[in-house]
Amino acid sequence: MSGFSENDEKYQKLLEIIETNKNVRGSLIRVLHDSQEVYGYLPIEVQKVIAEGLGVPLAEVYGVVTFYAQFSVKPKGDYRVSVCLGTACYVKGSDKLLERLEEELGVSVGDCTADGRFSIEACRCIGACGLAPVFTINKDVYGKKEPDDIPGILAKYRD
Amino acid sequence: MITVKELNELRIKALPKIAVRKKVFEGRIPELAGRAAPEISPGDEKTYRVHVLCCAGTGCKSSGSDVLREEFERIIAKYGLQDDVQIVKTGCFGLCAEGPIVVIYPEDAMYCRVEASDIEEIVTEHIMNGRIVRRLLENPEAREGEGDVTDEDLEAGVFFRKQMRIALHNCGRINPEDIEEYVAAGGYQALAKALTEMTPDDVIKVMTDSGLRGRGGAGFPTGRKWLFAKNSVSDVKYVCCNADEGDPGAFMDRSVLEGDPHEVLEAMAIAGYAIGAGQGYIYVRAEYPTAIERLDIAIRQAEEYGILGDGIFGTDFSFRIELRLGAGAFVCGEETALMTSVEGHRGEPRPRPPFPAVKGLFAEPTILNNVETYANVPQIILKGADWFKSIGTEKSPGAKVFAVGGKIKNTGLVEVPMGTTLREIVYDIGGGIPNGKQFKAAQTGGPSGGCIPASLIDTPIDYDSLTQIGSMMGSGGLIVMDEDTCMVDIAKFFLEFTVEESCGKCPPCRIGTKRMYDILDKITRGEGELSDIDDLYELADAIKSSALCGLGQTAPNPVLSTLRYFKDEYVAHVVDKRCPAGVCKSLLQYNIDKEKCIGCGKCARNCPVDAISKTDYVAPGHKLPSLVIDSKKCVKCGVCMSGCKFGAVSKN
Amino acid sequence: MKMINLKIDGIAVTVPEGTTILEAARAAGVRIPTLCFLKDVNEIGACRMCVVEIKGARALQAACVYPVSEGLEVITNSAAVRKSRKITLELILSNHDRSCLECVRSQNCELQTLASELGVTGIKFPELGGRELQPVDDLSYSVVRNPNKCVLCRRCVSICKNVQTVGVIDTMERGYRTVVASPFGKNLAETPCVNCGQCIAVCPVGALTEKSEKDKVYEAINDPDKYVVFQTAPAVRFSIGEAFGMPIGSRPTGKMVTAIRRLGVDKVFDTDTGADLTIMEEGTELIERLQNGGKLPMITSCSPGWIKFCEHNFPDFLDNLSSCKSPHEMFGAVVKTYFAGKEGIDPAKIFMVSVMPCTAKKFEAKRDEMKNSSGFADVDAVITTRELAAMIKENGIDFTNLPDSEFDDPMGAASGAGVIFGATGGVMEAALRTVADVLTGEDLKDIDYHAVRGVEGTKTAEVSINGRTVRVAVVSGLGNARKLLESIRAGEAQYDFIEVMACPGGCVNGGGQVIQPSCVRSWVDLRAIRAKASYAEDLEMPIRKSHENPAIKALYSEFYGKPGSEKAHHDLHTHYQKRDNY
Repeated sequence: MSGFSENDEKYQKLLEIIETNKNVRGSLIRVLHDSQEVYGYLPIEVQKVIAEGLGVPLAEVYGVVTFYAQFSVKPKGDYRVSVCLGTACYVKGSDKLLERLEEELGVSVGDCTADGRFSIEACRCIGACGLAPVFTINKDVYGKKEPDDIPGILAKYRD
Repeated sequence: MITVKELNELRIKALPKIAVRKKVFEGRIPELAGRAAPEISPGDEKTYRVHVLCCAGTGCKSSGSDVLREEFERIIAKYGLQDDVQIVKTGCFGLCAEGPIVVIYPEDAMYCRVEASDIEEIVTEHIMNGRIVRRLLENPEAREGEGDVTDEDLEAGVFFRKQMRIALHNCGRINPEDIEEYVAAGGYQALAKALTEMTPDDVIKVMTDSGLRGRGGAGFPTGRKWLFAKNSVSDVKYVCCNADEGDPGAFMDRSVLEGDPHEVLEAMAIAGYAIGAGQGYIYVRAEYPTAIERLDIAIRQAEEYGILGDGIFGTDFSFRIELRLGAGAFVCGEETALMTSVEGHRGEPRPRPPFPAVKGLFAEPTILNNVETYANVPQIILKGADWFKSIGTEKSPGAKVFAVGGKIKNTGLVEVPMGTTLREIVYDIGGGIPNGKQFKAAQTGGPSGGCIPASLIDTPIDYDSLTQIGSMMGSGGLIVMDEDTCMVDIAKFFLEFTVEESCGKCPPCRIGTKRMYDILDKITRGEGELSDIDDLYELADAIKSSALCGLGQTAPNPVLSTLRYFKDEYVAHVVDKRCPAGVCKSLLQYNIDKEKCIGCGKCARNCPVDAISKTDYVAPGHKLPSLVIDSKKCVKCGVCMSGCKFGAVSKN
Repeated sequence: MKMINLKIDGIAVTVPEGTTILEAARAAGVRIPTLCFLKDVNEIGACRMCVVEIKGARALQAACVYPVSEGLEVITNSAAVRKSRKITLELILSNHDRSCLECVRSQNCELQTLASELGVTGIKFPELGGRELQPVDDLSYSVVRNPNKCVLCRRCVSICKNVQTVGVIDTMERGYRTVVASPFGKNLAETPCVNCGQCIAVCPVGALTEKSEKDKVYEAINDPDKYVVFQTAPAVRFSIGEAFGMPIGSRPTGKMVTAIRRLGVDKVFDTDTGADLTIMEEGTELIERLQNGGKLPMITSCSPGWIKFCEHNFPDFLDNLSSCKSPHEMFGAVVKTYFAGKEGIDPAKIFMVSVMPCTAKKFEAKRDEMKNSSGFADVDAVITTRELAAMIKENGIDFTNLPDSEFDDPMGAASGAGVIFGATGGVMEAALRTVADVLTGEDLKDIDYHAVRGVEGTKTAEVSINGRTVRVAVVSGLGNARKLLESIRAGEAQYDFIEVMACPGGCVNGGGQVIQPSCVRSWVDLRAIRAKASYAEDLEMPIRKSHENPAIKALYSEFYGKPGSEKAHHDLHTHYQKRDNY
């Protein structure tokens, strides 16, 4: 499922990440960031390699991973839709955007569509409060949008 | 490592880079005052007649400023102006709602809401023919005017007029990815002064005398914090920068990092010198990729230029800075939690004492200040404590950056002297509430803060007055709410945030906030009882007094402050089963006015739960019978109301 | 040492610098309730039960981590403090599975005690906060984890991660969803858990318990076809009295034997004899390795928690481990072969029950390697000291008023060497007594090896035997074992013989012993007091060397021939396997 292999380029990168950081004090979080960048998420196989490489119990690695919202143990979609639920956006109705996104994509927050194209997450303030309510699809930021704008925006990513 | 003399040579050499922008710099850079810009010794530097400053902050980027810059490049090339015009990528100007923003020098003409299609006009009219494009100007009065643009038209609009930029003084004015522009604008002079003309005690005395208080939370005096750390005896000490701006709705630190990263590096080095630390860590949110990138560039450049490293300015002081990324945890804004996170663990707070100044990061004496606090430091060193104290109020000197958002016209970043009233921020700078709605409250201090009601809108904003009225400064998020905002719902929103973001270590915060949330949820569902309100008070009290860290102790504030000023609204939910703002779904009822309904049936067709059916009644003047909503079936989605062209559907 | 003066509830006290308010309050005779606190193990100020008012401080402060300072004024019992503690406790209880009557820790539960002491009479929040019950992790042979009872005090996490350096449970998630669990929702059996049970020993509530085998034992006792044999480990007798209100350090060995007999078992034997047998085999192995250039250091193999830890973490040291089975396994093998033959009992009918201070023995007994020549498991059930105490209570046996009785013959009489097996250093001392006699060929009189006694985590000594210096090390607690082995791996230290016990202080402080609450454990050194009792018992024994035990002599002459014989190897020795650590 995770497609983890010890024979691919990703694995080599993972080993490099561990190698460069293993003697840096307090580098676990950095290693997790960089590894997630490589794999898209942090499946158990990756966490095991990290735990062993840094000499930390797997339980501790997992405890750190699940503490921070940025880390995911589930795969994300090709397009990561992220709705800001910061105060400025909430006051301006971002919860309604989220509801509509869930409806349009047929999955709820934290999940990924069956075809692996889209996943939805809620995030804290991304600092674009001037454009509230805001959501992002990968690196594209959409500000000042209404629920009815959503089908049109999603359509751009569907094909 | 360069010497102070070399730093000054670099400054002079780089001056042409910003000389065209003399209009904003002449006040503080003597070489730029009173002389025509291009006369400044051009040296080897290529100078340009025109500077186009494009905001590349997150707000404007989101509004498409990257595309804009490419378009500028294309059009400028088209007209062969490459040697005349330089495009500069800057940090945030603050007026995010009006983005993307472009400023053109030497005129200092600020254009708002610029679109790709406007650029040809800007280039041909303004840049080539000196005719400023009036319709895009920032100043709303100027936009209305006619004829040639005058100096008066170029004056900043109301949004900027009442501001006083200290922390943000370079934001939007220099290229944050070019250390030479920072140096040209007087950068690293404060570090040079501190290292060569002052003892660590002198530095701490200036900081103490200035009265600068931490810009990230409770407002602890910065000088005192440094003094404690200096007095701790240890070979190894650390300087940390809190760039984990977690308060939803606050983004001033992001703007400083994106717009003026060297300011923070310089301040950290000064702090390191003052307390005797050789290593700095900046803990920055992973959600701020642009800020991270620019910090990275800034650190690299400072090392390459011989400003950070071993033996700075020929002294025996060495200082290095490392970036550490947060990973999405609000609690890491708490100082001990931040340090635990830098150490690579779950970001859980530790009990204090021992305080970080005694035993902080990696168990060594550590100071932690936030980005905005640091951004004030170099200017205090250069201009002195008295200058800083002359701004703001007696107990809260200086200026403060606020991120103004929510139901307000001019959302964005503003820096105003402490003591400015909420009314000035909301109505003068912020332009008031859109759509003719009433101001109801402003929320400051994020999840640790509280709501300020309309009756207190003339409160001067400083640390102590905010605390007195049950809110707090926090990092400076200021969310404006209008009559459509339900205060119980807002309290619930913040509690939901805390329940999610609590580190989970101590029961009062981990469980207590959840119980409070449960009660609020019950109230917004219309199932509340009066005793629930008493329970909220009791829980709030217990959490405030017994939670492990500052964040837990302040978690009940949003509930307490809404209870204090909007108790009626709670009572309306509990006793009358009514949400006055019309927000709480369970308490809403949708009705069809049978006289207005023409019986077209659109609402019935759109209703997802078939809650709408025909009646026998045909209103006078209409042909078809009116419709009615079965409130038992209704899920309050509002589709009927938004779809009715005749205004026949209402909610209450 | 700098002394600090402060006032607690108006009482002036003077304590050394670095003392916490909690400790200073004890000195002032003021009791402050605690929950997450466990001295030297978990000092994190998390649970907020010990909050106190400090003059000048804004919020209440946790007494357990607050260092005293000159002139401090502390109030421990104001209305605000009492109210805060009570609400915090009610919040904890609101998230707790309150089926206390069905809980194995009922009446020995720190949460229950707090509820009673703080006067909780009603909890206005719904039980478990309206959540559904979470599944109980009971797939391990040794440890059961019930998340519904967990109060997130993290004592288990601290002892597992920091003291034992095993780290198979940790704090996961955050906010209201925070749990203590194994990673990726694994059950403990799928992790590198070594089953030491220290997590159980420190758990204030019933969230961590042993996997009980009482029912299996009752079934055997009730089965007329079964011949039920009990054996009790050396350390059990020095703790079981605590379950019946006897002071820590009591030695109710005779009462224990009587009580077990009254459960209706056929024979009550002493694992101490198994320990003597272990010394014969292990001592022989050591002499063999010392004299013939065998793999050194040789490391003891009595502690199954240590063995599994070694298999996971130090597979390169598996050849250093003594091949000897642990004493109760050896003893089980002997009962089902030698004793069965001697008494004419069909070994298939023998049901061997080991009463152990240990939870790891439950796992050990299930290992495939632990079968004897007759093809049956050496041991059929392992119960902890706590389970035995529970059985005694369930059978209405008035433990404290029982007459003493002796272990059964012919395997009953043990030596003092076997008795001290339960304290850290005990195996080492027992082995040295025998090895020294064998190597010198004398009956040495000076047999108290004080250098290897005491509760320190790591002890080293050089013992001169017959002109040869033997470098020995004794470690207890797996964190100490890890450090020692890493230093050996790095070539920084060299030893000939090492004793390792998984539990800090050895078996007397095993994960299966009677649980003492934090308010006792924090201030009383259980390890030292229980160990002292075992050395006192050793002194009273007529025979104090394993090789002089007549039962052992008979066993060799009648059955095994000599220590290390082929037959002995077949029945009494085992082998190890490398295990995945991640």
